[in-house]
Parts: sequence; structure tokens; C-alpha cells
Amino acid sequence: VCTSRFWFNYRHVANTLSVYRKWLKCFCLIFHSHIVLMLADDMACNPRNPKPATVFSHKNMELNVYGDDVEVDYRSYEVTVENFLRVLTGRIPPSTPRSKRLLSDDRSNILIYMTGHGGNGFLKFQDSEEITNVELADAFEQMWQKRRYNELLFIIDTCQGASMYERFYSPNIMALASSQVGEDSLSHQPDLGIGVHLMDRYTFYVLEFLEEIHPASQTNMNDLFQVCPKSLCVSTPGHRTDLFQRDPQNVLITDFFGSVRKVEITTERISLDGDLAGFESK
Amino acid sequence: DLASAASQGGMGIGVKFPALLAPPSSPEADAALHLLQDASLGSLTVYVVPETSSLLPQGISVYVGKHRSALVRAGGGLATLRTRIRQLTQVMSFTASSIAAALSDRVPDGQLSPDARRHLKSSLGYEITFSLLNPDPKSHTVDWDIEDAVNRYVQPVLDKLSLVANFSVDSQILYYAVLGVTPRFDKESSSFLLSAHSLPHVINPVEARLGSSAASLYPVLNFLLYVPERSHSPLYIQDKDGTPVSTNAFHSPRWGGIMIYNVEAPASPQASLPLHVDVDMVRVMEVFLAQLRLLFGLSREELPAEFLLESLGNEGLADWELDRLLWAHTVENIATVSTTLTSLAQLLDKIGNIVIKDDVASEVYRAVASVQSAMAELATGHLHSAFQASKEAVTSSERAFFDPSLLHLLYFPDDQKFAIYI
Repeated sequence: VCTSRFWFNYRHVANTLSVYRKWLKCFCLIFHSHIVLMLADDMACNPRNPKPATVFSHKNMELNVYGDDVEVDYRSYEVTVENFLRVLTGRIPPSTPRSKRLLSDDRSNILIYMTGHGGNGFLKFQDSEEITNVELADAFEQMWQKRRYNELLFIIDTCQGASMYERFYSPNIMALASSQVGEDSLSHQPDLGIGVHLMDRYTFYVLEFLEEIHPASQTNMNDLFQVCPKSLCVSTPGHRTDLFQRDPQNVLITDFFGSVRKVEITTERISLDGDLAGFESK
Repeated sequence: DLASAASQGGMGIGVKFPALLAPPSSPEADAALHLLQDASLGSLTVYVVPETSSLLPQGISVYVGKHRSALVRAGGGLATLRTRIRQLTQVMSFTASSIAAALSDRVPDGQLSPDARRHLKSSLGYEITFSLLNPDPKSHTVDWDIEDAVNRYVQPVLDKLSLVANFSVDSQILYYAVLGVTPRFDKESSSFLLSAHSLPHVINPVEARLGSSAASLYPVLNFLLYVPERSHSPLYIQDKDGTPVSTNAFHSPRWGGIMIYNVEAPASPQASLPLHVDVDMVRVMEVFLAQLRLLFGLSREELPAEFLLESLGNEGLADWELDRLLWAHTVENIATVSTTLTSLAQLLDKIGNIVIKDDVASEVYRAVASVQSAMAELATGHLHSAFQASKEAVTSSERAFFDPSLLHLLYFPDDQKFAIYI
């Protein structure tokens, strides 16, 4: 979810699209229908974009994270606190198509990544409204009550991000934030050609960390917690694991960043009589 | 005494002693008896035959029919009979573990057996999609008469399951859809092999292309038939021990199944391409329907040694298997309704100023009434009405819980209502 509007918040869109791309391309295990992507503003076709139809995440324009296969499910003014909470809790109007819903069940592991501008206990949406940490915690509890997740990983890259996970109280949630209460999260690299900062530091280093992960990787969550120490990030990333039942040591990154189905060999076969006259369709 | 032995296993079991029947075989006996008994949903009738009877084949002491009755051989004393009948009720009716599996999302992990969580969740409907994957159309022109196969073999099974849920079926053909794993060539068998541990990675790239109906929210069951490329033929799936799997198929819980269909190499190497392939739909449907059964949790594999099951022919499932499914789904529905309504009540406690609209309220009342009726019907063993009531209860409770008007955002907490301006 990218919650920021306006051209100078380019980096939040780039953050979100980079994480989206990482899921799709590098892990090759998740696909559009499993991701709900919310972008609050359109940077690619923004009139101020000197390179239209592109969004870059590295200076020197190495990688266009917009590409030609991004599926944005909620765009522009559709990204509101209400819609976000509706997606999470499932209280969605019946006419909403599948692609705009979170069709998870009690065995789904969910990863939620949010970026934008935040403060102590809130996250700003569209520069006109806020979601508080209380509302978010309540939404997760509603999800838990209806068993809409098995385990949930929450990652937030905003100023004072740690305040957003302070109020969680539902089981099986693990949270990471780019900065503590009272700290700002800083951006990473400005690009003089485009004229804005392209990414935020925390997301940049998380993505660098994820470069090393492949589908069979055994890297665990404790390693993710070490990403972006103060020397690189200037802010102090935080995490919260007390609600999570398993030890983070035993939680593989691929549990959330990959998707591998359980399969079983089919050993049974029924026997059909092929010569029976065809049943008349009713 | 025998009656108490029989009723130990469950409800609604009557034990009868036929004295004068002398038909030649068990299936005929089962069919004849079926006409005489009251085989209402959920009931089970056990006929005890003398030890020396030739009704049951040699070495078989329990014959399970395809309706709702079974033949048990007496002999070896009451204790043996009691054991046989208990085993029989565990096969034909519900057990503690099958109920625990139905409640799997509310039972702590440690209490479930490893395969307990694989069954499809109870739903009002399911969508079934049959897909033919042809990655190499230059080499193979594949024809499958899916419509005929569905009408002949699949529809009868779905008709039988229509009590459980609504089913919709569609099919598609996908070209140039390749598996996510490159099979390796095995010199010994001159074939290509997919090992068991590579199977989980096979599905994902294909799944992205399968598509699904945008309108329906029912769970989708995918059955894929994959015709390997000429350059990777023949292709076999290996199980963990390295032996080729006889069905050449695997399935994934709550998702569907994949079967690999090998095309015979042409007689002469100069045969012109593309080769025309007419898929043997009987062979394919035998596997797909078995997978469908497994996805629903109906397996015939773990049976005590002296049991014999009547073969089903083209009906796909026995009446008592339908009953098992209904027991599990009824219990699951009732559990879902109770947690949904409880959590709705808790939501109202927390946010005092939520307004419950009249239609939401009436759904809640309806859900409560239906679930109470379902419990009452279950207690008296009326499976059919219990299941219907549980379905209505789920529909109402889900409608109430997920009503868009209940978003608590609309009722902001007190700490957002006041501000002090200096």
C-alpha cells in the first residue's frame, strides 16, 4: 500500500512498486491475483515526470519498476482508509470483483507492506485522512476472528513507524518498522534527472537483503531484523514478535515472501465404465 | 446386547438378522436390501450374517455396500462382532478425528493428524475448471471431448454432491503453458522424470495463466491435463522412493490436481508433425474424479484388512460417503456460525455506538434460529434437515458479519472526537 499523493512523494510509489516487483519477479512464486496493490497517486503518468510511463527506484534509471505488467488494484482516490479496512476485514460491497478482494483463509500467510507519511500512532492517507494504530489493530483482530490469516507479517516504512504496531493484540502477527517513535525515516537517493528522491532507506536495504533470497533459501526472520542498522538508515528499525507463536529463528523469509503449495501424489483411482451409455444431461 | 454393541459407534444403527435370503452375491444382496430399508440420510443399517454364509467372499468379514448398509459376518464371539461393527461405523460414519478435521481452523495444531487439514472447507458452491495444457502445439494437436466426458462421468458425481453445494463446471485449453520445473532425463528408463520434491514448484507459473471467473466468489478447483512437449516425452512423476507413480498425477489440497498425459512416440521417426492426439477421457476422468474425492476428504485407502467395499461404477461416491461429508460440513458450518456471531457481538461491545440496521439484525436472528434448529436436528440424527439448517445459518451469519455498513471506521473512537484549540 502506498498512501501518499503528490509528485514529491515519488519515492513512496517507487518503494511499493519495488516490493511488488520483488515478489513477482525474483521469487517467481506469487502472481498478480495474490497481491492487492494500492497506489495513491500515479507517478508514471504524472505530468511532472520527465520520463513518462516509468517509475525508477535506482538513480541512473537502472530499473523501471513500473514495467508493463503491473496490476494496480486500487488506484488514486480509491486508496482510502475505508477501502483499505474493507479489504482487510472483507466487509466489501457484493459487487466488488475478485481482484479487489483479499481472498484469504485460515491457512494463508499474509504480508502487508505500507509506506507513506506517518506520525506517532497514525499513517496519513492521501494527505487528507489518517488511519490510527488502534483502527489497524482492530482490523487485524477482525481478521483473526474470521480466521482470515494463519500468520501475518506487517512491514511499515514511514516516520515513527514503530508506533503503528504498538497496539496490535491479535495472535500470530509479526511486525517490522523503519523507525522508532520520535524518529524520522529518511529517504535514500535523490535523482537529479527526475528531480525527486527515488526510494526510502529502509525499503532500499530490505530489498537489497531480499536479493539474496531464493525459493529454497533458509534465511530466517532474525536476519531480516538486522537489516538497515542505524549507521545506514540513520533511524533505528524496530520489530515486534511477542504476538507470534513461533520463534522468529524458525520462521523462514520464504514463509511470507514465497508461496509453495503442499502437494500429494495421487495414489487412488476410481474405475469408470467407459461403455455405459452416456447419461442424458438434465 | 448386540444392539448395544452396534449402537456404541453412533446413532441410527439398526441390527437385523435376515434368515431366509439366499441370493448369490453381496452386491445383489445390497441392492435388494436397499429397496426394503428406510435409507434416510445419515442412517446406517448393518445386517449380520451367519459365520458360514457364502454371501460374503472367503476371508472377508465385512462388506460395505454403496448405499447405506453393510453385511457383517458373525462368529468368533460377541467381542469380535463388536470390534467389527465399531470398525464399520468408523469407516462409514463420522469419527472424533473426522470431526476434529472439520473444525481444523479452531483446533490447536498438535491435536490434528498430519493429513487432517487438507480437505476443502464447507462452501455454498464450488467452481470446477478443467484445463488442457498443450505446451507444444507444433508437435501435438490434442483433442479432448471434455463436454461429453463431463456429461457422462463428472455430472453424475456432481448430481450426487448437489445436496452438499452448487457446482459449476467450465473448461479451457491453454497453449504454450509450460511447467515450472524442467524434468530431468533418466537414461535407464529413457524417460523424463519429475521428482516428488520438485512438484510444489510445478504449479505456480501455470496458475498465473489459469484465470478464474471474476464474478463468483466460490472456491475454484482446477484440474489440469498436461501433455508434455515432444522433447520431454515420455514424462513420469516419481514418488519419494523413486518409483513412477501409476496415475502420473498429483494434487494439492484446496486447489486441485494435475495429471500428465503421455503421447506415444510415432511409429516412424519421419511421421509428420503435428501428431493428432485423441485423449482417452475415461483414463483421465478416473484420475480427476479420484482427486475430486480426495479433495473433499473421501478416501478409500485406509481400511481394515477383512473389509470389502462395493465398487461404485460411475456414481463416484457411495451414499454413506455423502453422509460423511454432510456430517463434517454440518459441524463445520455450526462452528463457523457460532464464532462469527460471537465475534460480531464482541465488536458491538467494543464499539458502543455502532448502529445495527434492521436487515443486519434480522439476519442475525435468522442465523441464531437456524443454528439452534441445526443443533436440535443433529441431536435427533436428522442429517438432512440439520445440514440445510446449518447452511442457512452460515449464509445469514456471513451476510450479517460482512455487511458493508459494519465498518467500524465509521464510528470513530472517542479519542478522535475532541480537540483543544489554543
